Amino acid sequence: MFGEYSLGDLGSIFAMQGFAGLILFSVYLLMALGLAIIFGQMGVINMAHGEFMILGAYVTWLTSVFFAEHLPALFGIYFFVAMALAFCASGLLGMLVEWALIRRLYKRPLDTLLATWGLSLILQQVYRSVFGPREVGVTLPDWMMGSLPVTDIIEVQINGLFVIGLTTLITVAVFFMIFRSRFGQQIRAVVQNRQMAGAVGIDTEKVDRLTFGLGCGIAGVAGSAFTMIGSTGPTAGQLYIVDTFLIVVFGGAASLFGTIASAFSISQTQSTLEFFLSGSMAKVITLLTVVAILMVRPQGLFTLKVRR
Amino acid sequence: MTRAPSFMDRKDLLALAAVAALLLIVFPLALDGFRLNLVGKYLTYAFVAVGLVMCWGYGGILSLGQGLFFGLGGYGMAMYLKLEASSVENTKIQSTPGIPDFMDWNQLTELPWFWHPFHSFPLTLILIVLVPAAFALLIGSAMFKRRVSGVYFAIITQALAAIATILIIGQQGYTGGVNGITDLRTLMGWDIRTDSAKFILYFVNAILLMGVICCALFVRSSKLGRILVAMREKEDRVRFSGYSVANFQIFVFCLGAVFAAIGGAMFTLQVGFMSPSLVGIVPSIEMVIFTAVGGRLSIFGAVYGTLLVNFAKTSLSESFPELWLLGLGGLFIAVVLFFPNGLAGIWRDYVQPSIDRVFRLRSKDPTDPGQNVAKQAASMPAE
Repeated sequence: MFGEYSLGDLGSIFAMQGFAGLILFSVYLLMALGLAIIFGQMGVINMAHGEFMILGAYVTWLTSVFFAEHLPALFGIYFFVAMALAFCASGLLGMLVEWALIRRLYKRPLDTLLATWGLSLILQQVYRSVFGPREVGVTLPDWMMGSLPVTDIIEVQINGLFVIGLTTLITVAVFFMIFRSRFGQQIRAVVQNRQMAGAVGIDTEKVDRLTFGLGCGIAGVAGSAFTMIGSTGPTAGQLYIVDTFLIVVFGGAASLFGTIASAFSISQTQSTLEFFLSGSMAKVITLLTVVAILMVRPQGLFTLKVRR
Repeated sequence: MTRAPSFMDRKDLLALAAVAALLLIVFPLALDGFRLNLVGKYLTYAFVAVGLVMCWGYGGILSLGQGLFFGLGGYGMAMYLKLEASSVENTKIQSTPGIPDFMDWNQLTELPWFWHPFHSFPLTLILIVLVPAAFALLIGSAMFKRRVSGVYFAIITQALAAIATILIIGQQGYTGGVNGITDLRTLMGWDIRTDSAKFILYFVNAILLMGVICCALFVRSSKLGRILVAMREKEDRVRFSGYSVANFQIFVFCLGAVFAAIGGAMFTLQVGFMSPSLVGIVPSIEMVIFTAVGGRLSIFGAVYGTLLVNFAKTSLSESFPELWLLGLGGLFIAVVLFFPNGLAGIWRDYVQPSIDRVFRLRSKDPTDPGQNVAKQAASMPAE
């Protein structure tokens, strides 16, 4: 399948597809980070994760419409406001859901899966009723349009670069929060031994609620970033949920580093294959490979060594 | 009264008789042809739900990929029917006569190799059972031997269902793509599109479902069934008692897969097409809901749950399409939060005791030992 391309062409193809893969990687990673916190750290399967992401996307769209109508002078920076709002909206909804639903089901992980699936159906219908069934797209500010030429054939889009930069920033922030802050220490303590954590004075219920809210908030930011490169519909979240779960499981559920590695390898494989095969076959082959590897190595790429 | 077979107690026999009366007498008499055909369609989902009761309720393995097996069975039957419908004289306007129309549209000039076995009806029937069983065996032995279970298994089976959908939609020339396999006409020369054929197929469907239910009851009452329950409750103890847990899990997963495949094949016959929309994540999860609503521990509950949710779906989505998803989502959450044992649990906790009370009042001799045994059985959990 490489026959008809020269070596230089192949290099450019790989570079271009690599860049497209990096954008895919950013979206995957943003979604998977939230899920890795919720699923990996708390053991809760949140099938409505995609819908939290879409909520962030809709909030971003609403903000862009608001800025375009009322504050056109500040339109260039609306995205930063939208991101903060998306984080808050998804995070608050997440905490509400945790309080109303999830906390009753911590002992029954499979039931959480069903209940959150029900939640995702409800949210989809709410989005459809409120925002309409059609997909909405945001207007990008001028400075995000266009692309930067790297060589004469390779060009990179500015919005893509922005999303990649944003992802890096958020990932670093999450790492600091989990591994360096006091709150992160509490999360990890509760994950490793709930009873002992409670015994040393950590309010485990509060930590659970905040952790779930944090994961959902990150999903909201992911949705916000998603609007930069695609349009949003009521059911867009469902398209990504399986991939995201596979990424988290493939990386090793409790390892954030594993999540990054697996998001990277899956997105790069998929976008490189996409150039040579049809999009659907690229996805099938990528996912099948992941499933096959998981069958041989069910614990995923990286595992935490915790004594249970 | 005839003696019940050893694998059914009196309550099971009564429940089976009730289901039989409902499906074979009440529905055919009360419903018109169109509605009866709808019920037939729902019953094909009930096959999957019964399989899920065995897998999930008794074995403790939640598979979110039952749509895959439903699809394998359904596509198997659809391929046979499609080949019969695409005889050379029916398809002589195509550039390659004798192959299904969608292959011709996709510039295929030859029948793909995996379509060839489906020329023969007996072989088709065998493959409908064997292929899903083989897939389940492969998936099951890869996963259970490595002690993957619970949530991980659910996610991976869900991914497999998703992959199957993408593959079917992507490979249009081989599978009919997003439209699926349509325009099915005859089964060995017998036109399946007429009302009378649909009527007969409904009965075939209902009787097959009875067979599957009996099979499930048999497994449940055997020693195997007890081990399954023990395994669900305390996997390690069963393992330490010397049983190979993985083999039992593989068996029950294969059983569920075969049930689902039979349902799929009957779906194709009853409804007249097969498409990827019945394979993916959404139908797979919906089938889990049917099971959960009926009661994950109740084989008969699965049938009622399937019928009830689908009736609700049809009538709600006919009159208030917007409300349906809200209702379904709410139902999900309510069942999980408040009625983890579904309809069967409600029946057992509220209806059964009052029925028992009525019967106890009627029986003159309160010290009748048989009565006490029956009471104990009623107060025991359904497993």
